[in-house]
This record gives sequence, structure tokens and C-alpha cells, in this order.
Amino acid sequence: MKNKHISFHIVKREALPWYQSWMIRGAAILLALIMCSLVTVMVTGLNPLDLYRTMFYGAFGTERKTWVLFQKLAILLGISLAVTPAFKMRFWNIGAEGQVMAGALACATVMITLGNTITSNWMMLLIMLVVSVAAGALWGFLPAFFKAHWNTNETLFTLMMNYIAIQLAAYFIIIWEVPKGSGKIGMINQNTRIGWLPYLGGKQYAIIIILIAILTVLLHIYLKYSKQGYEIAVVGESERTARYAGIKVEWVIIRTMILSGALCGFIGMLLVGGTDHTLSTDIVGGRGFTAVMVSWLAKFNPIVMILTSFLLVFMQLGAKEVATNFYLNESFSEILTGIILFFIIGCEFFITYKIQFSKSGKEA
Amino acid sequence: MKRFLAIMMCLVMVLAIVGCKGTKPAEEPAKKVKVGFICLHDEQSTYDLNFINAAKAACEKLGVEMVLKTGINEDNSCYETAADMASSGCIAVFADSFGHEDYMIQAAKEFPNVQFCHSTGTKAHTEKLANYHNAFAAIYEGRYLAGVVAGLKLNEMIEAGKFTAEEAKVGYVGAFTYAEVISGYTSFFLGVRSVCPTATMEVTFTGSWYDPTAEKEGAQKLIQGGCKLISQHADSLGAPSACEEAGIPDVSYNGSTKEAGPNTYLISSRIDWEPYYEYAITAAMNGKPIDTDWTGTIATGSVKLTELNEGVVAAGTKEKLEEVQKALEAGTLHVFDTATFTKDGAPLTSYLADVDTDAAFTPDTEVIKDGYFHESEYRSAPYFDVQIDGITLLDVNFG
Repeated sequence: MKNKHISFHIVKREALPWYQSWMIRGAAILLALIMCSLVTVMVTGLNPLDLYRTMFYGAFGTERKTWVLFQKLAILLGISLAVTPAFKMRFWNIGAEGQVMAGALACATVMITLGNTITSNWMMLLIMLVVSVAAGALWGFLPAFFKAHWNTNETLFTLMMNYIAIQLAAYFIIIWEVPKGSGKIGMINQNTRIGWLPYLGGKQYAIIIILIAILTVLLHIYLKYSKQGYEIAVVGESERTARYAGIKVEWVIIRTMILSGALCGFIGMLLVGGTDHTLSTDIVGGRGFTAVMVSWLAKFNPIVMILTSFLLVFMQLGAKEVATNFYLNESFSEILTGIILFFIIGCEFFITYKIQFSKSGKEA
Repeated sequence: MKRFLAIMMCLVMVLAIVGCKGTKPAEEPAKKVKVGFICLHDEQSTYDLNFINAAKAACEKLGVEMVLKTGINEDNSCYETAADMASSGCIAVFADSFGHEDYMIQAAKEFPNVQFCHSTGTKAHTEKLANYHNAFAAIYEGRYLAGVVAGLKLNEMIEAGKFTAEEAKVGYVGAFTYAEVISGYTSFFLGVRSVCPTATMEVTFTGSWYDPTAEKEGAQKLIQGGCKLISQHADSLGAPSACEEAGIPDVSYNGSTKEAGPNTYLISSRIDWEPYYEYAITAAMNGKPIDTDWTGTIATGSVKLTELNEGVVAAGTKEKLEEVQKALEAGTLHVFDTATFTKDGAPLTSYLADVDTDAAFTPDTEVIKDGYFHESEYRSAPYFDVQIDGITLLDVNFG
């Protein structure tokens, strides 16, 4: 019996021309959507066209939904921008969740404790900004300092700092809860609106979207054209090269993590002062981790991150709309998001590697 | 090149928004009336299931379209959902969880022509918005009745020699430590003690309305600590399934959990929201005002008990239950009768409750008159927050 044995091996590709890699990505999204509709049709018997229409409606269906989309996009993009300098330096900062939480906690502290004494909203916003940024920066500084001086593992360190921030928030929520024992702070300064970011043109989220847009451009310039941005890239490529070139690696690590943490703290302030007006332990909602993916998928390019974060937020809102509109379980939107992420992340493999099939003549 | 593509995609996004604005479908005039419902969890939670069932029934009866959103957290997403419902044509929006309140108020201020009705909230009577309303039911009466069933079961087990009268300890899995839960476990306990005078109670708290693991572990801990019967004010099947595994009788909440505990489930009390939904939706349709604070009772059909689990409850339970219910309805029996409980060894003769919620929890209203605590009279949501003798609290900081 002739045993035809087909074997394959995985080969690293030459750098693909941009249109080919984007074709692969496009195909992945298409496949993901087909897979989603297959699963939906199998589970529910719905028409796949209805599914896509509902997804689109969930993201862009009304003016209000569109604002929500851009607000969520802005926050996710903001956190992704914040983690990028550290990742570009190959510093595995998975502590964005905690750094944003530290900023949010600091912001809420200011709003609650000074809400009755400070009457000028601009003064209040200024204090919130300074305190939140400082808290986030501290949360970024600590792991960097330990890494630079004692070479501690930054992945574990930043991860554990997340839990500290979340537990601290839980502790203060118990102190500030209204009424006692309900586990909720409720909206902070709901009647005076002290510490609330201004509504530009009557739109609550306009200011957040504008601020993040500015931040995107600034960070792009910082990473690409500034001396510090160059140092980050060199440290990321090779620490030894950086040392040889006379870069103070320890200082670059600390400085960059302070920047990352400070930006996270700033996002925390936007969350408390601009959207939620409260503090809860899930206010960041895992976006500190999603941001890592956004940043990686965009190859640390702030402008491309607009696209990757848009994709994730669009899918998330669309899937949620599908789940509730057709009376499906909450978990269904998570299944859809999971399928989509699987394809998007999976396609990066095929962009970097290719599979070579070879008919082997040898008998097995 | 990559950047070029990204910019192109951004342009497409912007165009999509512009396109959406342009193609907004015109509202059809003869469209069905729409009503929105916001739920903290989905049907997995017995509490939300109880709401969803009532919403479906009320909407079907009135012939209105139900817009249901489940899994809406107690944060900005509640405001967004409520505002989305209001701006897409709902004439009334209902929310079911305590923490939704501030976000409902926020939406109510923005949409003065839409009615916002919040179950279990406390702020409507102080916010004074014409379109924001609270609702609750005198569920303490239902809890008391369920407590009577539990007390009779304890008596039966004592008589059977399973434990002594002094060991008759009841366990209770609560979610949070504020008045709504305190009022619930106290009324249940007073019901138990009205028939089983030696009973004591231990309460544990999970810090979440829906956490199957924490609720199950809470119940198991209580059982290991010597509790002979378990009840709950948290919304999963955690506690009932722990009871079934341990063979401990269970009084449930929000509806029957007989499926999770065929051999241990006794009875469950629940709020039936359908009468309120019908009332509020009808009022909104006719442009009539809705009560700022609406309190349903057994008499309005808002407080219900599920069928007794005949094989498990003690003999004579049905008759006793009818007798007590009649006395409650007639007003000859009061759940929080000050003659039936003490605080720090002394009976309560006067109590200032924090009826108007404020950050400092300033007590503001005298609620003890004519020998009983007037629960749910000065606002619909419970404000009984007295820690009475006989009840021990565990894990008040949620584990």
C-alpha cells in the first residue's frame, strides 16, 4: 500500500507588500463575519443579513449610538496610546488597567472631597487633571523603578499593581457609598456638576473625542520625530546597542513608564469626569488589556490604532446589539467578539509566516 | 502607505456617520407605542427574570411594543440605554436595579416628555421631577409569610428530634447591607420567630446581586456553621442548589426554584411587577401623571407567594399561611410590630429613619407610630435599617 504522505512546514515570509497584508486582514474580517453568521444561523435560525444589519445599527444606527461609538473608541484608543511607548520599548506593561484605575480613583477622590469647597469648575478640572495624572504616573513609575534598579519582572509587577488599584478602589467605594451598604457611589456631584467635563455644543462626549484626537497626533510625533521617541525605539531594539550609543537605559525605562502611566491616569480622569461620573471597580472594564491588543495589532503606530480600536469597538457594540435585539443571552455577544478576535489575531500569523506544503516521497 | 489606508478608513467612518444622519428613517405616525425596559442581568438571574416576565405580560396585555435591554450595568451605560430608548420613541422607560437610579434621573432631566420609572429607587420624592418615578412593593409582607412557612418547618424538625429548639438557627444570604436587604431579612426573621420563638439568624453578604459562586459558598458556610434552614436575598440559584446538595430546607426569592431544589425548596415570595407596569404604561399613554412613589401590596396583587412545595413543607402550613395573610390584609397584624422585637435588649419606641437619601444619611422622619414601624409608607423603597436582637451579621464587608 502506497502511503502518500503530505507534510508541511512553516516558513517566515519576506515582508509582504502592504496591499497583500491588508488583503489578508480584509479576508480575515470577512471570514470572521461569515463564521459569526454561521454560528448565529445555527443557534438561532436568523437571517445572516439581518445579523449584519443589526450589527451596523448597533454601532451607527442613531446619532446617539454613533456618539457612543466614538466615545468608546476614544477611550480605548486613549489607553492604547498610553501603553504604546512602553511596548515599543519592549517593556511588557500589562498594568494599564490599574494605571487607569489609579487615575480614576484619584479623580473621584478630588470630586468627592473637594466637591463642596471648590466652586469654579475650571479650577476643579485642573486639580483633577494634575492629581489623576500624578496617580497614574506613580502606578507606572513603581514597576519601572524596580525593573531599572533590580531587574524585577515587569509583567508580574504591573499585573499585580492592577489588583492593588482595584482593591483600593473597592475600599474607597465602601467608604463613599450612598446609601451605606449599597456598594455604589452613584453619580458624583450630580446636581452641581462640579468636576464634570464641559459639554461642547451640547454634546457630552465631544471634548473627550477631541482630546484623544489631539493626543493621537502628539504621540505620533513624539514617537516618530522626537529624540526621546528615538531612544525608546533603540532601547526596544536592543538594550546593549542603546547603552553603547550612550543612552541611559534605566532612565529611559523610568521616564517612558511615567509617561505611559500619566497618560493612563489622564484617561481615568476622562472616564470619571467625562463619561461615568462615578467610580466602580469595573469602570475600566478590561480595556487596559484590550488596549495591549489594539497597540500590537497596529504595530505601535498611533494612526493605525485608530483603525484597530475602531474595529474592536464596532464589533463589540454590534455584537451587543445582536445579542439584545434577538433576545439572546449576554454571553452571545462575547462569543461573536471572540470569533472575530480569533480571526483578526490569527491572520497576523499568516502575514508573518507562510505554510509550505511538500509532498514527501518517503514511506512513512 | 499604511497610513494612507488608515486615513482612508477614517474618511469612510466619517462618511458613514454623515450617511446615517441622511438616511434616518422617517417616523411612521401609526406606529405601535414603544416602552423600554432596562435590566441589570439577563434571564439567568431570578430577579431580572421576574421583571422580564412581568414586562412581557404587561406589554402583551396593553398591546405595546416592548424594547428590552439586558445586562446593563449600574453605570453610564444605563444612562446611554435610557437616553437611547427615549430618543428612539419610547414613551416610558423602566429600570430594575437600585444602582441604575442616578443614571435614570440623568436621562429624565434630558427627556422631560418621556416617563422614567425606576424600581427600588429612593430619590424620586426628593428630586421632584415630573417625569421621574420610584416604585416598590411591600415585599416585607411576603417575606414575613415565607418566614412563617420556614418557622413551621423548623418546628416540625425540632419535634422530629433532629435538633433542639435552641439550635434552631436560620441562615440568610444577602447581597448588600443597606435598608432594602435589612428590611427583607428582618421581616423574614420576624415571620420565622412568630411561630418558632427560639429561632435565631445569621446573615452573610456577597456584595453582588448576582454571583452564583459566592452565593453558593455563602450558603454552604452558613450550613457548616449550623444553620438548619436557608433563605436569600441575592438573585442566582447558588443558595438553593447548595441547600439541595446538603438536604437543608430553603426559602427562595423572586420565584419558584423548585427545579433547583425539588427536595428542599419550601416556598418563595416575589414582587409581581405587572400591576405597576400596567398602571404606569397606561398613565403614560393617556398623558396622566404617574405616582412619584408607588407601593404595591398583597391587596394590589404586587406581592405574591409561589405554590407551596407540598411534599416538603410541614403539615398544616397552608392553613396557617392563609390565616396570617388574612390578618396582614385586614391590618390587624403588622410585620414590624414593636412588641415583637428588641434592639440592644430594649423595645423600640421611636425611630428616625433616613427617608430622604443624602450623603450624610441624616435621619429625617419618625416612622414608629401606633406600635409598629411604618415601612414603605413615606417612600416606596424600604427604609427599615434597624439591627434587631437575634440576628448576627457575618461578612458585612462582603467576605
